[in-house]
Amino acid sequence: MADAAHNDTAILELNQLQKSFGALKATDDVTLDVRPGEIHALIGPNGAGKSTLIHQIAGSLMPDAGSIQFLGEEMRSMSVAQRARKGLGRTFQVSSVAPEFSALRNVMLSVQGMQGSSFRFFKPVMRDRSLIDQAHGRLREVGLEDRANVIAAELSHGERRQLEMAMALALQPKLLLLDEPMAGMGPEGSKQLTGYLDTLRHQVPILLVEHDMEAVFSLADRITVLVYGRVIATGSVADIRANRDVREAYLGEED
Amino acid sequence: MKRETIINWVLGLGLLAFPFAALYLDEPFYVTLATRVAILALAGVGLNIALGLGGMVSFGHAAFFGIGGYVAGILSQHAFNDEPLFTWPLLISGTSDMPVIWLVAIVICALVAVFIGLITLRTSGVYFIMITLAFAQMIYYFAISWPSYGGEDGLSIYVRNGFPGLNTLDPLQFFLICCAALMVCLLLSARLRDSRFGAALQVARQNDVRLAATGIAPLNIRLVAFIISAAMTGLAGALFADLNRFVSPSMLSWQVSGEIMIFVILGGVGRLFGPLAGAALFIVLEFYLGGVTEHWQFFLGLILLGVVLFVRGGLLGVLAGRRDHG
Repeated sequence: MADAAHNDTAILELNQLQKSFGALKATDDVTLDVRPGEIHALIGPNGAGKSTLIHQIAGSLMPDAGSIQFLGEEMRSMSVAQRARKGLGRTFQVSSVAPEFSALRNVMLSVQGMQGSSFRFFKPVMRDRSLIDQAHGRLREVGLEDRANVIAAELSHGERRQLEMAMALALQPKLLLLDEPMAGMGPEGSKQLTGYLDTLRHQVPILLVEHDMEAVFSLADRITVLVYGRVIATGSVADIRANRDVREAYLGEED
Repeated sequence: MKRETIINWVLGLGLLAFPFAALYLDEPFYVTLATRVAILALAGVGLNIALGLGGMVSFGHAAFFGIGGYVAGILSQHAFNDEPLFTWPLLISGTSDMPVIWLVAIVICALVAVFIGLITLRTSGVYFIMITLAFAQMIYYFAISWPSYGGEDGLSIYVRNGFPGLNTLDPLQFFLICCAALMVCLLLSARLRDSRFGAALQVARQNDVRLAATGIAPLNIRLVAFIISAAMTGLAGALFADLNRFVSPSMLSWQVSGEIMIFVILGGVGRLFGPLAGAALFIVLEFYLGGVTEHWQFFLGLILLGVVLFVRGGLLGVLAGRRDHG
């Protein structure tokens, strides 16, 4: 369990989280926290249970036991939408946007979600400055402004990643949950995104699930290593690099 | 003006002008035909909110169409016989006043939709289709086995219900009432589609995981859309009963659910004026092919097959091109 000082300041705190599928313990007594201003990376070999953990944090899977505290509030019984309204912004492993809407309208939806005002039936959104202006601002932030009117399905892979980021930021999140944001970005794209996330941590703390070790080691303030559903180590980049269990279980496999 | 807007105007004004032309040519029967188109289109406009915008393939909208019809039939029967519906806890008597009947039809359909929606919307895909069908069939058999209102034989409306200031027995005036109801609902649909609610509803169809991740619960959005959809189709049902001066369980049958869906698909799923184009085509086919052969529905089937296979956007897709989401 995290010590008392951290209990007060942690944005997200998982405590002894358990989730089994039959005999398989996908999440086995996982405890971790994310503090303000930090990027906390979650790594682990394939099948380590990273996705299962993400699902439980985001609300699409219910843990069998343990607690998920977000901003000091127990989140276990909240729906996905409730958690998002509380300030949990996320991007998906495979980018998930509304394919028939333009980039702008996608971000406008997020602004709408943040404002909590979806039961308005008459005023056209395209004449709603409070939605449009904020959405343009978010697109500008991620560098997608000149693609605002392109249908999301016609955006490139990298652009859809940027769009998801703009949508997550439009929620004005208290925590960002990024599920393999580097996947499929190419070396140049990864480098750009790494630079961007580096500046973002001061705006919002990030729980980063990532396979790209270079990105993880250059970005993370702390790293948690998950193997077979268990946390085998948590610590700074240097700690993790030096940890023998980690080298054996995970990094060794990469060599 | 966009091409779709022009086509919408042509369809709307065409419907409005048709009965006048018919009367000018001394063919009063065509006024009734146009009234049918307006009412069936209205039922389709209702379904289009659930199906076209929200992606909810309801195969049970006949339930709402029929309930609307029975509201008109039952209220007017009680008014005609001067018997109250209830004496306890309140005295509620029948009415032959259309606005009141519409309001009751809308409210009852909305309440039934809350109940059906809360259960069916937890499912999706084929299960949703089958459960909505099952509910509609339950109501269908209930109507058949309820002798007080005619059971299988249905219920006649001896004198068409009235509308303040108008003579509803005049076919043209009744047509204008139906046409106005259709136009109002089309306008409401257009506003709804472009509103915040409409945006959320369309994303509920495209990607509900994303919708939830933006803090909007898909179930709530779908449920409200389903209720609005049901209420509009219920209004159409009340008008349909008054058109025929008769309501029977056949209005609740699954064939009717299928027909309403055909209007939407023929016209173009999710297109504002799609149900009008679809219902008009349906009635024209029924009328002309029905005059040539008893098996006109065979040809309807062929056309439907062609539309589904080759022109995914329906009639409006052919005429106005791809849907534009801005």
